[in-house]
Amino acid sequence: MLDDTDRRILRHYQHDPMLGPADLAELAGVTPATCARRLDKMQASGVIRANRAVIDWRALGYEVEVSLRITLDKTQPRAFDEFMQAARDVPDVVEIQTFLGRVDLRLSVIARDMAHYQQIYRSAILTLPHIADIEALMHVARIKSDEGLPL
Amino acid sequence: MIELDTTDRLILRALTQDATISASALGRKLGLSQPATWRRIRRLYDSGAIKGQRLDLDHEKLGFGVTVFLGVKLATKGRVSLEDFERVVSAIPEVQSVEHILGLFDYRLRVVARDISDFERVLRRRIMMLPGVGDVEANVLLSEERRPGPIG
Repeated sequence: MLDDTDRRILRHYQHDPMLGPADLAELAGVTPATCARRLDKMQASGVIRANRAVIDWRALGYEVEVSLRITLDKTQPRAFDEFMQAARDVPDVVEIQTFLGRVDLRLSVIARDMAHYQQIYRSAILTLPHIADIEALMHVARIKSDEGLPL
Repeated sequence: MIELDTTDRLILRALTQDATISASALGRKLGLSQPATWRRIRRLYDSGAIKGQRLDLDHEKLGFGVTVFLGVKLATKGRVSLEDFERVVSAIPEVQSVEHILGLFDYRLRVVARDISDFERVLRRRIMMLPGVGDVEANVLLSEERRPGPIG
């Protein structure tokens, strides 16, 4: 189980994952040795899965991001598995989420521009198996995206 | 726009798995020297190809068992400014992300909660109290995969 010290370290670490070990220890009010030990423990227990670099797709020339909300034909027993398997092979899909609710799945698709998006949509998305319905939502802006937990 | 060669792409992909890997360990994997790898990593950060880092935490182990995506439509456009809505919604700790979208809704919120009754509390006391909030659609997240994207 985590104690208050662990939570304090996590809170600062998730707020700024680029902090060096010394700065993180100082902010959390613990010695560097304690901080390192606690982080090792949380990594070993799987609480901390990874510290990942986040790509700025816009900086790499991908200007368009579209959310595709997809309903599947559930009369097909293997619809979910086969759809997800095929969606994983589309390189422009950066996220696959499944839901309980009005929609079954959401794909996050990136493209260089609208023409490129049209091409991906027609050749790689509409050809995915078992689609009953698709709705497209265009991203305008990310207002908050830290995805931090309220620890 | 930043041009990347094959080696840059391999480095970028490795850093999205583990941004804390040392330049020498990464260089060994790719058959590059430590200084050459370090220079390429620096360039990815300095050019803005990498915009930051994200701590990937196990939500369940931390007691957050439920993630819900909310599609929110504003009811009274013009009466409430988008800035006001965005400022207030961003300040809710359980709201992990806020995206302005075009289509069926105005905003997409990612909300994390301990369980369904905790989610109900957040929805009733926080989300439904937001200025100008209209229709809200909820979808409970069952699984999530982040894919490497077109750098592979």
